[in-house]
Amino acid sequence: MIVTTTHGDMDDSLLIKKEGAIDNEVEYTTWVEYWLDGELVHRSAHVTLKKSPFSDLFAASLG
Amino acid sequence: MCTSFLGQLLSAGHNFNSTNVARSSNTADTFKAALYFTTATLNASTTAYSTTGEVTNTSGTGYTAGGVTVTNGNTPTATNSSSTAGVAYWTPSASFQWTAMTVTTAFDTVLLYNSSQSNAAVSVHTFGAQTITAGTFTLTMPTNSTTAALIRLSTT
Repeated sequence: MIVTTTHGDMDDSLLIKKEGAIDNEVEYTTWVEYWLDGELVHRSAHVTLKKSPFSDLFAASLG
Repeated sequence: MCTSFLGQLLSAGHNFNSTNVARSSNTADTFKAALYFTTATLNASTTAYSTTGEVTNTSGTGYTAGGVTVTNGNTPTATNSSSTAGVAYWTPSASFQWTAMTVTTAFDTVLLYNSSQSNAAVSVHTFGAQTITAGTFTLTMPTNSTTAALIRLSTT
């Protein structure tokens, strides 16, 4: 697979791949990194937003 | 509070102010999403989009000041959750995405704002700090539902 890197497009067989994920109340995030001789040459991330504490507006009803 | 009112708030159906917001046509406003570095201060007090603390490219042109235009294919919805409470909600209908981006300073915030109304702030959403190197950053929206939609107006 060809990977876009800081050195141009490279075949992933030449690179070391690292992946990770975060899953909590706010987000589900995955990320992938490609390294070449100790240098980070590609990093992408995909964040899926979940419920956000800033996105709710609550208003009490009059009884 | 009436649930229908909550839904109408999301569609500019009421104006309690003595000054009416000028609207040239019955079309949806344009909303945008901008990214901010972890050092920026955005919260419930934020009133409008600002370039202060906004993400800038370490190299390349993957990020453009002002962010990306939000795809708005969802009509605001309002529904009763009980006889005394309800919720109005809306979510962008597509992810926010930046490609061929290199931003090596950490960012963790996205501001949703109304570029049709003087860049008025709508909501601030935070996530774990990220950097991107010659890659893609994608923000996928939550489910457009009463409990998870990106924007929710609720009565209790």
